[in-house]
Amino acid sequence: MRIALFVTCLADTLFPGVGKSTTVLLERLGHRVEFPQAQTCCGQMHVNTGYQRDALPLIRRYVDTFEPYEVIVAPSGSCVGSIRHQHAMVARRLGDPELADRAEAVGQRTFELSQLLVDVLGVEDVGAYYPHRVTYHPTCHSLRLLRVGDRPLRLLRQVAGLDLVELPDADVCCGFGGTFALKNSDTSTAMLADKMRNVLGTRAEVCAAGDSSCLMHIGGGLSRLRAGVRTVHLAEILASTRDGAP
Amino acid sequence: MSTFLGLPTAPRGVGHLRGSEPFPAAARKALADTQLRRNLGKATTTIRAKRAAVVAELPDWEELRNAGQAIKADTMLNLDRYLEQLEAQVQARGGTVHWARDATEANQIVAGLVLASGSKEAVKVKSLATDEIGLNDALAAAGITAYETDLAELIIQLGHDRPSHILVPAIHRNRAEIREIFLREMGDADPALTDQPAALAEAARLHLRRKFLSARVGISGANFAVAQTGTLCVLESEGNGRMCLTLPETLITVMGIEKVIPSWADLGVFMQLLPRSSTGERMNPYTTMWTGVTPGDGPQAFHLVLLDNGRTAALADAVGRSALHCIRCSACMNVCPVYERTGGHAYGSVYPGPIGAVLSPQLTGVEDNASLPYASSLCGACYDACPVKIDIPSLLVHLRARHVEESRAARGMLRAPDPEAMTMAAASWVMGDPARFAAAQRAGRAGRALSRGGRIRSLPPPLSAWTRARDLPAPPARTFRQWWRDSGRDPS
Repeated sequence: MRIALFVTCLADTLFPGVGKSTTVLLERLGHRVEFPQAQTCCGQMHVNTGYQRDALPLIRRYVDTFEPYEVIVAPSGSCVGSIRHQHAMVARRLGDPELADRAEAVGQRTFELSQLLVDVLGVEDVGAYYPHRVTYHPTCHSLRLLRVGDRPLRLLRQVAGLDLVELPDADVCCGFGGTFALKNSDTSTAMLADKMRNVLGTRAEVCAAGDSSCLMHIGGGLSRLRAGVRTVHLAEILASTRDGAP
Repeated sequence: MSTFLGLPTAPRGVGHLRGSEPFPAAARKALADTQLRRNLGKATTTIRAKRAAVVAELPDWEELRNAGQAIKADTMLNLDRYLEQLEAQVQARGGTVHWARDATEANQIVAGLVLASGSKEAVKVKSLATDEIGLNDALAAAGITAYETDLAELIIQLGHDRPSHILVPAIHRNRAEIREIFLREMGDADPALTDQPAALAEAARLHLRRKFLSARVGISGANFAVAQTGTLCVLESEGNGRMCLTLPETLITVMGIEKVIPSWADLGVFMQLLPRSSTGERMNPYTTMWTGVTPGDGPQAFHLVLLDNGRTAALADAVGRSALHCIRCSACMNVCPVYERTGGHAYGSVYPGPIGAVLSPQLTGVEDNASLPYASSLCGACYDACPVKIDIPSLLVHLRARHVEESRAARGMLRAPDPEAMTMAAASWVMGDPARFAAAQRAGRAGRALSRGGRIRSLPPPLSAWTRARDLPAPPARTFRQWWRDSGRDPS
């Protein structure tokens, strides 16, 4: 299958391994990955901070760039949530119903990685090998905007060597929330403290999730405390084989 | 009525709807209160589990939520008609209806009614509307003593405190603290009082019984008002409310105009949704309903005060108005990770938590409560819990946009720049073009110089708000874009 990759601005800039892993994983499963060079950012930060007019050109760019593709994947529940649930709303609110209709259509063809693998490609065992003790944080927008349910866990359970441990209070927000982490830094940190307490309680060596942004938050806290747990994106685990990580 | 360009404008809400400082500052103080964190964590965990268990019992819960949402949406679209129907029905059955534009007017009406009854005292049913308008203070200024009779409201009143939760106003207090308040403030508490819940309830019972038997005026809010018959409805758990609603000669009910519902059939939907969502009970313990005045039975004078206080202004926002659908169950605050850690006082309004963050700014005007729409990580737990499916995360995003657009318009007149708006505009310009984005990524790689061991531990403002508690990874040697090109894959 021909699949367009929307890597997200965050993964492109700070976590290239996430994009690399998504690419290598899908190619290993026999698909053709394309990376449209015109892509930049979905505009979620602008929308969620109140700057819808500044988000509009980014939404238009996303729609223009990905409209030619039948299937689009992004390794982020949050960005896909914004694409599916905000793009058309913003375009309509700012008086561009034609863009809104196009955004809706492209949004329906845009999938978060675990959705793509399980629902579109119909695969749960991707042939991965990852010999580590892992706990999984199901990020809020994957869970409540996209309703990915247990798809990530089904994928992880098939990974050879992986010891999956349940995260207590897994569905509680880690406190990232985009600019919330800056505007309400103290509250964000208090939420992070409880998330880290639960992660550390599992004795896992890896905290995994499907969003680089939440992982940047949880990982930033764990690193500050030298807690001895690293954060790894779901794509990076699924891309790993007995030959190592891509 | 106030006017703008000759057109009437909806009145703004006044009263206990905004705090003295923005949410982040108030939250910072609350977060440092370890006892508060412990009390709230324990209480919300318990009530969350109770709610989840009784909601899971109902196979048609989603249909009930859809029905509740549809009834409320219809009511808001025809609010004028239902309110006039309610007024006509109440008056036809011997009640008197008063219309209050805002808190000040409502307080004047209630104080005037109490004084006209010849009484200087009133017993109160737990009521958010009267908390919102600051009725107790206004009555005190008029020489009238109001006695709160709901156990939690009594704790708040005796403790000279403010409610921090709409259903459990004293949720921030544990029983040891409540015992201390009773011993200190009640006057007639047994010095041997223990902190056992039954002992505390008994102390309150003895303290309140005399008030119930002597009071000539009762004051309440209302959960619902059925327009069809003019019937008012109050749900409570203790029975104290029923005593206030039935024993006094005069009953005064203050009700937000959005509480009207069309018919008894509609009430049936909410009687299933509300108890399970609020207290986690299958059925509400004490439900009192009354229609006008019944000769020889219950209060012989009934006054209904219909309160606007910013509600018409909220109704004017086609998106924002769904916040008026709220039935005050508190499920959203019980599941909110922000509320659980900061408590209700940080929101500065009698309506805290997620619903408060979208309701309070609409009642007061967004510019007067601008920090509240940002007091959320947009995790969406509130939307899942809401019995009338208010999409609170989308409302928060909508109000943030309104705030940005309204302050941009205001700044335009002053020609004053705003650092955040400039940053967002710059980010939009950079992201608007892949070449500019790639150039910014290259420039950002200079951040590698700030890192040690691949981690950045300190950044200047405003990013210092991040690095105060969290590391940031150093920018990698190659972006994904560069890796793609270097890997020899096709550019597309």
